[in-house]
Amino acid sequence: MDPLHSSIHPADEIKIAVRNLNFYYGSQKALENINLDMPSHQVTAFIGPSGCGKSTFLRCLNRMNETILDTRVEGTILLDGEDIYAPEVDVVDVRRRVGMVFQKSNPFPKTVFENVAYGLHINGMRDKRQIAWMVERSLIDAALWDEVKDRLHESAMGLSGGQQQRLCIARALAIKPEVILMDEPASALDPLATKKIEDLIQELKKEYAIIIVTHNMQQAARISDITAFFYLGRLIEVDETRLLFTKPKLRQTEEYITGRFG
Amino acid sequence: MKPRAITEKIGFTSLIVASLVVVLILFGILANIFYNGASVLSLEFLTQPPRNGMTAGGILPAIVGTFLVSLITIVFAVPLGMFSAIYLNEYAHQGKLVRLIRLSIRNLSGVPSVVYGLFGVALFVRLFHFGASILSSGMTLGLLTLPWTITASEEALKTVPKSFRDGALALGATKWQAIRTNVLPYAIPGMLTGAILGLARAAGETAPILFTGAAFSIPSLPQSLFDQFMALPYHLYILATQHQDIQKVRPIAYGTALVLIALILCLNVVAIAIRYRYRKKARMAQ
Repeated sequence: MDPLHSSIHPADEIKIAVRNLNFYYGSQKALENINLDMPSHQVTAFIGPSGCGKSTFLRCLNRMNETILDTRVEGTILLDGEDIYAPEVDVVDVRRRVGMVFQKSNPFPKTVFENVAYGLHINGMRDKRQIAWMVERSLIDAALWDEVKDRLHESAMGLSGGQQQRLCIARALAIKPEVILMDEPASALDPLATKKIEDLIQELKKEYAIIIVTHNMQQAARISDITAFFYLGRLIEVDETRLLFTKPKLRQTEEYITGRFG
Repeated sequence: MKPRAITEKIGFTSLIVASLVVVLILFGILANIFYNGASVLSLEFLTQPPRNGMTAGGILPAIVGTFLVSLITIVFAVPLGMFSAIYLNEYAHQGKLVRLIRLSIRNLSGVPSVVYGLFGVALFVRLFHFGASILSSGMTLGLLTLPWTITASEEALKTVPKSFRDGALALGATKWQAIRTNVLPYAIPGMLTGAILGLARAAGETAPILFTGAAFSIPSLPQSLFDQFMALPYHLYILATQHQDIQKVRPIAYGTALVLIALILCLNVVAIAIRYRYRKKARMAQ
């Protein structure tokens, strides 16, 4: 393995380990030979210019790319040591364990309560009191409870953009995932709403492995523990965030983080 | 006036005139039917069977017949159309085969209705031994509405954003769970609208029911779905062209036409109402 990509964490903390991953849209190779370890209780950020493959890679981690026609994965992604692409693995289980928050907040046109309860319902929870408790818990954990507790049964579409995105986070938390993937979760939000999401991420990493794609390098520097730089479908460099942003080992990385291209 | 302004004026005027002509024709037909048919309209006309060789009495059996046939059409075509659309839009691999199926469905809507009638005879009346009956006619009309139902259902499914599906899938929903709980609720009004518009067309058809179960005259109401029946469009056809005393039954023919048009108008109003409510909801979801 390339020494730049070697593990920088003790083995027992690694939540997701990616080995020799290739990804194709049709015949076009979008990701080439990615090797990366992502630990629990830390925030891993993916940075890189548009089209570098960072979002594609994120969507490999919960097999969401399978909803896109004519895509193909090679290599292995180990979640707690088990390959999520193994034939006997049910994709539904993978997605329950690896939650996702999308770039464009996508609350369902239901009430606030129903949005958070949705994942509980489809996972077979029927006990109303338990559902109510889980919904409250998730909204508190997503730092949204105080703002919505009096309008739980109003449409989620009436919330502000930042509230909607935190609602989507609450919705993901409700089914108790182990990992939370975030695809540029704050890219459509104003600075204040962004700050709330970033603070929330700091809270959430105590319980979950957080993996976030961001366009914003300052954001990566502020909130992540580990940063991985992608370019043209390859993982160029990965390191502890403070090291990557102060002493990048490769010229390409340095040029990108200093804004000379991308 | 400048030449450009004149061209503009001419273009605008011809557009208005064309629209007005269309509206006038429609209202002309409606006014004509209403003027000639309103005189026979009465409670008796709607609740009595025809008497004296159709020169007196009402059209109740035709109303009941058309109603029952429409019911069969809906029960048969709506689930079939919806499920086909769900399969084509959500599950099928979008390759050449699906494109061919879709093309065939679109083309089916151009098949003359008399061809559907003959097909209905071969399939339902003969092969399935339903005989000439309400069931055979209803299912034949069901086939006729399928292209509408399927196409409208697919369009309705396409209006549901991918983010609803992805959001549900990312929460660990199975594909069917995502469709059932997070796609269908938003697509069903659109699907129903298409089905009702298809039905509105089918309810006025004569050719498909002509061979498959509609009868010249049955004064009693049908007792089962395997009975023959009278239907409004066929009754109108008979009164207008086949009766031995056409002059005498003309008002009744107009009255029948009026009832048929009113019925179809009602169906369209229902479709519009559903679509209106759906649009409002869809706007809320933006």
